[in-house]
Amino acid sequence: MPTEIRRDYSLTGPEADRAVARGLATADWYQCPIPRKEMKALMARSDGPALRDTAIWFAALFLSGLGGWYFWGTWWCVPFFAVYGILYGSSSDSRWHECGHGTAFKTPWMNEVVYQIACFMILREPTVWRWSHTRHHTDTIIVGRDPEIAAPRPPDIAGILLNVFALKSSWVALKKIALHATGRLYPDEALYIPESERGKVFRVARIYLVILIAVAAWCLAIGSILPAMFIGLPTLYGAAFVVVFGLTQHAGLDEDVLDHRLNSRTVYMNPVFRFLYWNMNYHVEHHMFPMVPYHQLPKLHARIKDDCPTPYSGLWEAYREIIPALWRQRKDPRFFVRRRLPGHARPLGAPPAGAVPAE
Amino acid sequence: MSATTAIRWVEACAVEDIDAEDVIRFDHEGRTFAIYRAPDGRFHATDGLCTHERVHLADGLVMGSIIECPKHNGRFDYTTGRAKGAPVCVDLATYPVRIDGDTVLIGLG
Repeated sequence: MPTEIRRDYSLTGPEADRAVARGLATADWYQCPIPRKEMKALMARSDGPALRDTAIWFAALFLSGLGGWYFWGTWWCVPFFAVYGILYGSSSDSRWHECGHGTAFKTPWMNEVVYQIACFMILREPTVWRWSHTRHHTDTIIVGRDPEIAAPRPPDIAGILLNVFALKSSWVALKKIALHATGRLYPDEALYIPESERGKVFRVARIYLVILIAVAAWCLAIGSILPAMFIGLPTLYGAAFVVVFGLTQHAGLDEDVLDHRLNSRTVYMNPVFRFLYWNMNYHVEHHMFPMVPYHQLPKLHARIKDDCPTPYSGLWEAYREIIPALWRQRKDPRFFVRRRLPGHARPLGAPPAGAVPAE
Repeated sequence: MSATTAIRWVEACAVEDIDAEDVIRFDHEGRTFAIYRAPDGRFHATDGLCTHERVHLADGLVMGSIIECPKHNGRFDYTTGRAKGAPVCVDLATYPVRIDGDTVLIGLG
């Protein structure tokens, strides 16, 4: 039986200092070489694709919501609310993410509007998650530095399963919102949210609480959960694809490596999933060049794929790897899936000056 | 830059080295700078690293008078150095630029 080694994934524990000492914090990461002119073309912004996709998204939300309302009280409302829930509780994940990067739209205020709406849908406080995600991109899957490691070792399998209906994540989110509404932060958050931004955190937490309490009061007043089926509950009943898509990003792969090709997955998906997920299935590409808009990621993928591990042919192939890996990590936290670079791939980036090899 | 400090003009690059609405990196005496060519053809210079984290702005995208950090979407007005919002909270240092024939010179203190 392997010796169990539990690492401290908090940002305030010994792993945080260890990551700095090993040169893993705010380090230089490997990037596939792309000429400047090509990179500029890939990073170029446009409002068109995101306007189209957002119009389809809102129209689909409206129509599915209308069907759910019309058929409320019959079983016919179930498929309509299933669609509404996935659009609300799952697609909001990619929308907050892309708009948070400021790349979905060319026009900044459009990114901000969709960002704020999507953040509420998935109960992710906009300022907190903007800073948390900034750190995730600086120190991707660096233990003690990255606040967004979804599957630490050993993984919390029960928590992952609960999050199919966002039960654990929403509980955590509500506790944070309640704390922030009182004007306080958790110690980890204080490490990456600057003082100048904290007022926004507290203000938005209070707004979230007011909205959620108002919906609950509305439900009580009319003796029906119908209002909550539109606002609040879809975060839970529509959350499945947050987990299904999200776990493919990094789960089971290596930690503490300065190369996104080794700690991230690119998984081919069908056009419907890619619409729901806004192309975040090209996750190696997204992490390596985060300022490339989602609608340009297929082009970026075509450009660098020969320098990357073989992409997964679909969710089936990805989960045939992820599930056994997570299961094994329950007992053997040292285990991880080692991604193989093609033989002709460029070598790994040299470790930063002063870096100490992993023990 | 202090008015009492004499400006030392340093050759940074050739005019044709930078496309309109683009940026290049210039390293000098252990420091790194970003040299911009605005859409109107004027040249500007700032510190080369984002004030948020150690990322070279020359790998970012120039949009009008804005330079966007390639890592976290931090945006600055490179003509003034002003930070335009999270995650950048600290302004960039700017430097005077002049053109001598086909050469771009940056003024250092």
